[in-house]
Amino acid sequence: MTDLASPDEDEVVEPAPEPPGDRKLPDDPVLAGLAETFESAVFDAFEPAVGPRQDVVAVDRGDVVPFVTAARDAGFETFIDICAVDHFTREPRFDVVISLLSMRLAKRLRVVVGLPNDDPVMPSLTGVYAGANFYEREAWDLMGVRFTGHPDLTRLLLPDEWVGHPLRKDQGVGSVPVQFKGANRAT
Amino acid sequence: MAGETRNPNFLLTTLEKGVNWTRTRSMWPATFGLACCAIEMMATGAAHNDLGRFGMEVFRASPRQADLMIVAGRVSQKMAPVLRQVYDQMAEPKWVISMGACASTGGMFNNYALVQGVDEIVPVDMYVPGCPPGPQSLLHGILSLQDKIMAGEIQRSTGML
Amino acid sequence: MSDAPHAPGRDTAVPTTDLPLEEGISDADDRRRLHEVWVAGTEEPDWIAGATDEGAQEMLPADVEPALDLQRGTAVEDDYVDEIRVDESERQIINMGPQHPATHGVLRLHLELEGETIRRAKPIIGYLHTGMEKTAETLTYLQGGTNVTRMDYLAPLHNELCYSLAVEQLVAVEIPPRAQAIRVLMTELNRVSSHLVWIATFGMDVGALSMMLYGFRERELILDFFEKTTGLRMNHNYIRPGGVAADLPSGWEDDVEEILDVVRDGIADYNDLLTENPIFVDRTHGVGIMTAAEAHAYGVTGPNARAAGVDFDLRKVFPYSGIDAYEFDVPVGSHGDVFDRYMVRMEEMRQSLGIVKQVLESMPAGDYRTEDRKVTPPPRQRINESMEALIHHFKLFTEGFKVPPGEVYQAVESPRGELGMYLVSKGGPRPWRLHVRAPSFATVQALPVMMADLIVPDVVATLASLDPVLGDVDR
Repeated sequence: MTDLASPDEDEVVEPAPEPPGDRKLPDDPVLAGLAETFESAVFDAFEPAVGPRQDVVAVDRGDVVPFVTAARDAGFETFIDICAVDHFTREPRFDVVISLLSMRLAKRLRVVVGLPNDDPVMPSLTGVYAGANFYEREAWDLMGVRFTGHPDLTRLLLPDEWVGHPLRKDQGVGSVPVQFKGANRAT
Repeated sequence: MAGETRNPNFLLTTLEKGVNWTRTRSMWPATFGLACCAIEMMATGAAHNDLGRFGMEVFRASPRQADLMIVAGRVSQKMAPVLRQVYDQMAEPKWVISMGACASTGGMFNNYALVQGVDEIVPVDMYVPGCPPGPQSLLHGILSLQDKIMAGEIQRSTGML
Repeated sequence: MSDAPHAPGRDTAVPTTDLPLEEGISDADDRRRLHEVWVAGTEEPDWIAGATDEGAQEMLPADVEPALDLQRGTAVEDDYVDEIRVDESERQIINMGPQHPATHGVLRLHLELEGETIRRAKPIIGYLHTGMEKTAETLTYLQGGTNVTRMDYLAPLHNELCYSLAVEQLVAVEIPPRAQAIRVLMTELNRVSSHLVWIATFGMDVGALSMMLYGFRERELILDFFEKTTGLRMNHNYIRPGGVAADLPSGWEDDVEEILDVVRDGIADYNDLLTENPIFVDRTHGVGIMTAAEAHAYGVTGPNARAAGVDFDLRKVFPYSGIDAYEFDVPVGSHGDVFDRYMVRMEEMRQSLGIVKQVLESMPAGDYRTEDRKVTPPPRQRINESMEALIHHFKLFTEGFKVPPGEVYQAVESPRGELGMYLVSKGGPRPWRLHVRAPSFATVQALPVMMADLIVPDVVATLASLDPVLGDVDR
């Protein structure tokens, strides 16, 4: 079971991940239920200065579809977001962040899946939530993360013949050099 | 033809002025509102700042019936061929106003996704700066364009960019 | 079939008219060419009887009509007609947009039509993709508001508020109560102005063309107030991390009271105009239904979900910026059709005006932004007096303030639904990743679900009632 580094490094940086014996279960009963079913999921929380606590769970890509299905059945009925993040200098390089909302229980949950640089593939969530369709297409289009089992993984926001994935960190912003009269060459 | 020779004949000069006058007094815009500038364009057509005073309140959806294309908003790479096609479908005489910073130069979005200035695709007759330009700025741009047409400064284009 | 109107020249036995004819003109065709007017009572009766015949176009009973069979491709007893070509499904795919007067921006829809009924719909987006998420990585947190505010361009203050709240969660600054109240005031006014644009375009798309003028007329008052306070009518960059950019101008209470009076009357007028109008009711009842389950699965939130019966408003459940201090109701529909969405938004406008009134009466005094000089710039006069203020100003506007590392998701209730921003910071002055969860993105994705088996005019009404903003969708 790969130990993913916790995606949340706030004020105190913990260099070593927790040993499996000492696994901290979340207080919340719904999340605790999920934690018991999925042993490899790492639960964490981010306490912001203002606003409710944000629950984050790091899951393996092999477990993500069962986990999200279980979360949906446990009460997170509303699909909110899928987004891909490129941590350029970190391995695993990509993070796919799935945001869920439970309107009934007034809770949010963030599921983070780490994907390696050479193989940024994970199973699609369109079977769990129909709304994942466009979000996964956007992640593929802009970041190059593939979702197996997606009904139509084509480009969404960019033209069909575009080459590259612009939101990746190794691709520049694509700006045109702008020169102002009388100034030195602007960056 | 580019650059019609000016006929010193009194009748034809007056006729040309008359034709220019009619062209400016009912320049129908094509609906090409893309982004935030489109909202300001709609506000210019609404009651407070009234484009109907100038005969322009009918925004024609069909480019065949339109004279003026106000490119209102940012033109993305995917939209650029559509823009060119709509411009080509318009019948002569036609004019283009590039409304806003994004249409004129790419605006604050100097990145991969936008065409840096719509004049890379279509010939522009008037640039209206602003982000978004208020209705008064747009009206100033439209009226300046009308003045230029009346003065005959804008010649007929060959149809090839 | 009939021959009289098509070959009058050949029928010389038919009496002609008494019209004064020029010399040399005798042929009926010549007369027609000269556009002579038939004088009543002088026409040939057979010609008049046959004048409204369709000739070869005349519709015969269906079993006899050979032309219709020819159109259908059924075999006809003729040599030149091909074999039977019967299309079981007479479906046709047409393209609507991206340049279209009724698609609310550059949205392209592929519609598979059977007659005028939609069998399938596919939205194609990306025509307004601006690369804002990439641009956000190149701008400091103080500049980020200018970028984000142009996404949902009808509710720019909501974008800025979401961004500022996300940054403030990571930076952990305290926002003074006056700044929070100003934020609530501006965002609720923005909600009203956004819904006014919605009702203008919705009314116009449904057929009430004058709604376009009325909606924009009331909106001008609110935009004037925005211009007075923030400097711009749209895309204000007013709500910034740490507070707001400037205090409310003196005399703002009178402006806001005038807005309240005029817009309330306006909404009452629109209600009279539309709500019980039989044409409007026919066009909107039972059209474009989305159920609550579909709303959950697709992530549709906001007025569109509330019209389907989902009683959830972020301002009530996860309140932000002190909005829980004000009393307001959340309208919830039941059917999820166009009419319910209309009613929900109309009521939301009234509720927002109620919130604005409460803010007006209870606006606290104090700072309009936090005093923390690491986040907000000092007042301009201080720069002349204090070296420290000058250094703060310099560092803030050249390098920008650094945000501690972390990842945060912040959501606000925009007029379109849940607008969320996922901000990843690695400790620098610029965001590492800013992802915007746009509410219209989910709505546009759910379009095929709502458009099944509708006719084309209903498609226009449904699309207008959902209030998608393509800047939000494409970013």
